[in-house]
Amino acid sequence: MFWSTGRRPYWRREMGRLQQEMNQLMDSFQQGGQRGFPALNVWANQDEALVTAELPGVNPDDLDISVVGETVTLSGSRALPETGEDITWHRHERWHGEFSRTMQLPFRIDADNVDASYQNGVLKVTLPRAQEDRPKRISVGG
Amino acid sequence: MAELEVQKQEAEEMEGVERTRTRRVFIPKVDIYEEGETVYLLADVPGVDQESIDITLEKNILTITGFVDDEMEDYGLAYSEYRVGDYERTFALSDEVDRRKIEATVSDGVLKLTLPKAEEAKARKIAVRST
Repeated sequence: MFWSTGRRPYWRREMGRLQQEMNQLMDSFQQGGQRGFPALNVWANQDEALVTAELPGVNPDDLDISVVGETVTLSGSRALPETGEDITWHRHERWHGEFSRTMQLPFRIDADNVDASYQNGVLKVTLPRAQEDRPKRISVGG
Repeated sequence: MAELEVQKQEAEEMEGVERTRTRRVFIPKVDIYEEGETVYLLADVPGVDQESIDITLEKNILTITGFVDDEMEDYGLAYSEYRVGDYERTFALSDEVDRRKIEATVSDGVLKLTLPKAEEAKARKIAVRST
C-alpha cells in the first residue's frame, strides 16, 4: 500500500501543488507588468503541462518552439493577408508581424518528448515533466 | 518586432436578445478590404472550423457566429491569460453585394468571406423620364 494523507487522491494533491507553484510563478510575472503576445493558458496534471495559444492563420512552418531547462519559447509570425496592390481597406483590426513568448514552468521539461499540434488556429504544446523531476511515490511495506 | 497587444473583446448582451448558450461570446477581429468588384472579410475565430460556424443573412444584416468547445480532459487549468468562448459579430451589408454569390471558407481558425458586388450595382443608372 502507499501512504495517503488526505482524502484527495494522490494525483489531485500533486496537481494542486503544481497549480500553486504555477500561481506563485505567475504572480512574480505579473509584478513585472506587461504580459506578452500571444496570451497563454497553461493546463497541468502530474506528468505534464499543456500550453495553449490562439494563433489563427499562422502557417505552422512559421511556428517555432524551443525548450531549454524549465522554459519554453514560442515564436512565429503572421503576414498581412495576400491581396493585390490596388485595394481599399475598410477595417484593419487583425494583427500581423512577429512574436516571441517565453514561459517558465515550475519543473524541468523533458525536451525530447515535447509534442505540438496546431488545429483550427490553436497551438497546443505538451511539455512532459522530466523523469528525474517527477515526484516519487514511496511504498510503505507492511 | 512588432508590438502586439491583442486582447479578446467580449460581446455585450444586446437588449432584448437572450443567449441560449451559457458561454462567453467574443467579438472577432476582422479585416475588410475591397479589391476590384469584390469585398473580402477576414475574421480571426480560433477554435472554429467549417462545421462550427454559422453565417446568416437577414435583410442586409450579416451575422457570423462561431461555436467553440473547450473541453480539456485529464488536465486542470493552472494559469490563464485568455478565455475561450463563442464568437459573434454582425455587419450591415450595403445593397451592392450579390447575396447569392457570397462564399465562405474557414482555414486555421480564420474565416474568409467573399462578397461579390451585384451586377446591377456595378453600373446602376436611373433613367429619368421626361413627361
